[in-house]
Amino acid sequence: MDTKQLTGSQAVLEACIAEGVDTIFGYPGGAIMPIYDALYDYKEKLQHVLVRHEQGGIHAGQGYARTSGKVGVVFATSGPGATNLVTGLADAMIDSTPLVCITGQVFAHLLGTDAFQETDIINITMPVTKWNYQITDATEIPHILAKAFYLARSGRPGPVLIDISKNAQFQSFDYEGYTVCNHVRSYRPKPIIRKEYIDQAVQLINQAKKPLVIFGQGVILGKAEKEFKKFIEKSGMPAAWTILGLSALPTDHPQNVGMLGMHGNYGPNVLTNDCDVLIAVGMRFDDRVTGRLDKYAKQAKIIHLDIDPSEIDKNVLAHVGVWGDCKETLPLLTMGIEQKDRSAWLNVFAGYAKEEYEQCIKDEMHPSSEAMSMAEVIHAVNEITKGDAIIVTDVGQHQMVTCRYAKFNQTRSNVTSGGLGTMGFALPAAIGAKFGALDRTVIAVIGDGGIQMTLQEFGTIMQTGIEVKVMILNNEFLGMVRQWQQLFMEKRYSFVDIESPDYVMLANSYKIAAAKVSQREELEAAVAKMLAHKGSYVLEVMVGKENNVFPMVPQGCSVSEIRLK
Amino acid sequence: MENEKQEFTITVYTENQVGLLNRIAIIFSRRKINVESLNTSPSEVPGIHRFTIVVVESKEVVIKVVRQIEKQVEVLKAYYNTNDEIVWQELALYKVLSDEITEKVKVERLLREFGARAVAIRKDFIVFETTGHREETNKLMEALAPFGLVEFVRSARVAIIKESAGFHEKLKDFEKREPGDELIENEYLGKREAVFTM
Repeated sequence: MDTKQLTGSQAVLEACIAEGVDTIFGYPGGAIMPIYDALYDYKEKLQHVLVRHEQGGIHAGQGYARTSGKVGVVFATSGPGATNLVTGLADAMIDSTPLVCITGQVFAHLLGTDAFQETDIINITMPVTKWNYQITDATEIPHILAKAFYLARSGRPGPVLIDISKNAQFQSFDYEGYTVCNHVRSYRPKPIIRKEYIDQAVQLINQAKKPLVIFGQGVILGKAEKEFKKFIEKSGMPAAWTILGLSALPTDHPQNVGMLGMHGNYGPNVLTNDCDVLIAVGMRFDDRVTGRLDKYAKQAKIIHLDIDPSEIDKNVLAHVGVWGDCKETLPLLTMGIEQKDRSAWLNVFAGYAKEEYEQCIKDEMHPSSEAMSMAEVIHAVNEITKGDAIIVTDVGQHQMVTCRYAKFNQTRSNVTSGGLGTMGFALPAAIGAKFGALDRTVIAVIGDGGIQMTLQEFGTIMQTGIEVKVMILNNEFLGMVRQWQQLFMEKRYSFVDIESPDYVMLANSYKIAAAKVSQREELEAAVAKMLAHKGSYVLEVMVGKENNVFPMVPQGCSVSEIRLK
Repeated sequence: MENEKQEFTITVYTENQVGLLNRIAIIFSRRKINVESLNTSPSEVPGIHRFTIVVVESKEVVIKVVRQIEKQVEVLKAYYNTNDEIVWQELALYKVLSDEITEKVKVERLLREFGARAVAIRKDFIVFETTGHREETNKLMEALAPFGLVEFVRSARVAIIKESAGFHEKLKDFEKREPGDELIENEYLGKREAVFTM
């Protein structure tokens, strides 16, 4: 084989090209300068997005990965550059987002000497990465990066961090080309499917009178949306989602019975404790979904499909654990299950939905109060997008309301920080989401708290000219904490009253068009104007100060004890 | 029974890589589980390391921890065993002053009783060695204490799993792209027949 001399830095970029990377989110600094110097010559092949903070860079990488289905790539320098990635790594770890983060490191001979901008990022990030590795010799770069990309995207995806010392970035070596990795001896991306458990699951489903399917992001990560739809359609079963599963099944699908968990829909929560077989697909029984565990679906036989064997029996004991990739296991189940008419059982959900509408949704969508509700804002968005937009949410009340009310027709359209609940996620994630799906409309819905955590990324929007619609739902409070203080802490509003800058002026100073609405009559036109505008847009919507998100499963309560008001 | 705490020995086969000790250690520390004893050294298979970790925990917790360990990229396989499923030893070294040993016959008898071996004999001190279970090595330490035990050290537990056929054959399976059935040990699920009735 022909060999040529490359520097470690060039080898990093060659690896990115070989892996089909088109966009890198990053921020330069001393210890990663050789890679940035090499990048100068790769500008035609690799697009680099200069963010305003490394946390913004990694959240953008996450947004990109979530909408494109590809591995997000992030560059950062050593020391503070690397530590600023930690929140994003933890978020990507718990939400199974494939990322390859490359950090610069001080020269190898300075390791352990407390050199300038030296930090032990390998040990710092160990609990929040699927895998990490430090390279101090350039010859390792091709195969280690191949392994990094393979590990990030295969099996249950996750973030991988590769730390490269500056000398390795400078070092020239005989480059023998790049070989994509598809096997690591000690790593099993997916467990073998056992036929006996498929058979047991099929038998349980066929005998079930009141089966309920609950699905999570596994369906999206496994690219198994079609297989999932066939599975539920053949058996006529109702299906409810976790917030990361949202958009895997169109919201208006007749068997989509809504959202699970703390602020989920009435029917799926109550009936979790009434179904006879609970089929969990690619979800991990998070405590926000299950509520009190010892009162969770005790009457039901539980079938759990997951690619990660450590998830089965972790929180909820499964009667049948179907280990494997759901893209492979779902068709096997579909083959075995009988076609059934379950309209009577679906009608039970419809009954609960009606009650929820009467007692809760109706007033949220058409409030009698003067102040606008978050739900009517999302409703106004639905009216125009018809469910075709990508919606990125931050964390808090607006997130729960958006997930409850937004309509989605396509998969990979809901981007939110689920497991970690990272405030400040949405603005940078929306930028990345747009880079990952350039042909789609991206709307970021953010609270007045979250926007102020990462609003420096308006600078990234300004400089790249990327088109992101930002809706700030401003209730002048850290709303979710305030809601809890109201309900459980005798209205002791401890440090939840938060002031905002003039967002219109702020956006304008970043050369982004902006508007603010406080009156209901102006809402529809304002949303329409935002969506019709060519280029990014910031729309601040003043909403009711002390509105609460309902229904709600109070912490420590069972899902069937969900409160409608 | 499942929730009763008892001693478990966890055996982990891993690649030989920097940082792996920490990756395994944080699985315990994150869950606030104290590691009673930890040994790591090359296994019978070149390039493969073997960890022997002792914890006092319930079976339920140990199963979850073992699955988290096995999930790590560079871990090939992890097993957990109760004490009756393994044969184990710990090694202990005792440093005593030569004067005490040579002058007091009782000490010599003690050493005979405990099967100790002298590994270093000097004018000023002698180092003895015993292997055995914790209680056995403890007994000698207690017995020597009145005679001026200068220094004492004990190794971590090393354990052999009675039912294990070693790792050579298993490794061949790992090197294949498609693993064989026996790699995917699903023993917990195998007991599901009992609950599988409508």
